[in-house]
Amino acid sequence: MCGIAGIIHKGRDGDVGAEMTSMLQAMKHRGPDSTGYALYGQPSDLLVMRFKLANPNETNDFDFDERLEVSRREVEERLNKIGATVDRMEGESQYAYRATFRYEGDLKPLTDYVEDVPGAEVLSLGHSLEIIKDLGDAETVSEQYRLGGFRGTHAIGHVRMATESDVDIAGAHPYWAYPFSDVAVVHNGQLTNYHQWRRRLERNGHRFQSECDSEIIAVYIAERLSDGLSLETAMKQSLQDLDGVFTYLVVTDDSLGVAKDEMAAKPLVLYESDEMVALASEEMAIRAIINHEIDTYDPYESEVLVWTR
Amino acid sequence: MDPMKAEQSSRRTTAYDVRGLAEPDAVAPKTAKVTGDTAELDAAGLTPRQVNLELRRLIYGEGIIEVTLLNPGAMHSLAVGLLTRCRIRIEGSLGYFGCGLIDGPEIHITGRVGWSVAENMMAGVVVIDKNAGSLTGAALRGGDLVIRGQVGARTGIDQKGGTIIVGGTAGSNTGFMMQRGRQIICGDAGHGLGDSMYDGAIYVGGKVASLGVDCVEADMGPEDDELIDRKFGIYDMDRPDSFRKFVCGKKLWNYDNLEPHERKLVL
Repeated sequence: MCGIAGIIHKGRDGDVGAEMTSMLQAMKHRGPDSTGYALYGQPSDLLVMRFKLANPNETNDFDFDERLEVSRREVEERLNKIGATVDRMEGESQYAYRATFRYEGDLKPLTDYVEDVPGAEVLSLGHSLEIIKDLGDAETVSEQYRLGGFRGTHAIGHVRMATESDVDIAGAHPYWAYPFSDVAVVHNGQLTNYHQWRRRLERNGHRFQSECDSEIIAVYIAERLSDGLSLETAMKQSLQDLDGVFTYLVVTDDSLGVAKDEMAAKPLVLYESDEMVALASEEMAIRAIINHEIDTYDPYESEVLVWTR
Repeated sequence: MDPMKAEQSSRRTTAYDVRGLAEPDAVAPKTAKVTGDTAELDAAGLTPRQVNLELRRLIYGEGIIEVTLLNPGAMHSLAVGLLTRCRIRIEGSLGYFGCGLIDGPEIHITGRVGWSVAENMMAGVVVIDKNAGSLTGAALRGGDLVIRGQVGARTGIDQKGGTIIVGGTAGSNTGFMMQRGRQIICGDAGHGLGDSMYDGAIYVGGKVASLGVDCVEADMGPEDDELIDRKFGIYDMDRPDSFRKFVCGKKLWNYDNLEPHERKLVL
């Protein structure tokens, strides 16, 4: 089933970490397996990289922590080798890390080099994007990664009920649009031409970290954006190219977009005011952050909507 | 994480039993304020099952004929399965599957509703002041379902009777596989109007994006205008000047149109 949510504040900051947690927790029944966030904080000159070195359901053998520390040092060393100046690198949980560094070059070789370290997966990379995902409900993940105080301009989130692939971090949303900085996607639905698109995109040199069909949306959008298309045009093209049922949200450094398939098979409720836009699979999620009476509506089939902060 | 622990940590705790029933041990909270034969129920802090049990206690047990429900908070499955005449006013919005499986109540919702409102309603009236999601009035069998705002896709899918009135626009596949009954759409209708409909009629006041398989336009007769005028009079709605009527083209009527028990009678 899965639940998706998005929020964008127009021209100001908000408590996106706490707001997204409330929205996702209200939709916990749609997906209790794992929860993920894509949060946009203040843009910085430095790049922020979120990565993990193991899966939460991996067996913790005796030298587990030592092995992760070896891998972490290897990541740091490789970042330095490829020309990045590491500012900070901190453990966010037993197996997930956050690194900030200065780097001017191409992100693809950097990501490939980091992900070559055993067990490493880059969850997000950008000047303001941070993707946090783990097993459990929104409050569990928010507590684990201390997201309550996260301030920013916009965010998307996802609660997952695994249908097509494993319950682990690799299968959890949001997906970063590797290797395109500051772009992330969450999706509710199933894509039926996944294998065709995966083969096409792999031939163009893109990497896939999971068996999850939603990952192709992120990579597909990234490829269109790197071809110079606008977010809206790329999303409109995806309505023709992707088969199956979907409602998906895309975020970039300054925008939030939503696209629905031509059957309007997956739900989405939308609220827009002068200050903000909030959207979610269920109205309950929007009401979890807005106390007063509001007017909401469902976007129609084949609709693509984009807002800028 | 242990699923039981995860359950306990959620704010609104919901228990499941092996039969798949939510909250099998729930009882009516008895929190409604009763004045004569009317009552006021605040849904804040209650689970959907508690709200439904309380509604049932009031209507069946206490003989209340008019209930005002406050703070529904877009919860799912509220005011379902009520099988007697009563009046319910819901101040706020409902989530999915609101007012489903009802037979008799008159329900007025001041907010909006999510997907599948009044699914399988047998008789009664449901009036929604704002918008509705998709699958509005799915498998409706009787009564009037009035949405003053706009509706999503597949309105009246599998409709088997009754009347659906939409003040605004309707999404794609409106009247998909409808078998009987009427729909009156004041605004525009999306692609695939009346796709695979068996019977019934759809009146559209605005533009139609495209017709579905085997849906054709028919002539409006005086009885059609009489029906529309009467319904719009009851619900005090402004009617567009002209409507177009769409019905089944009957090109796909290749099946044996008798039910098994009817066939036995003929033979």
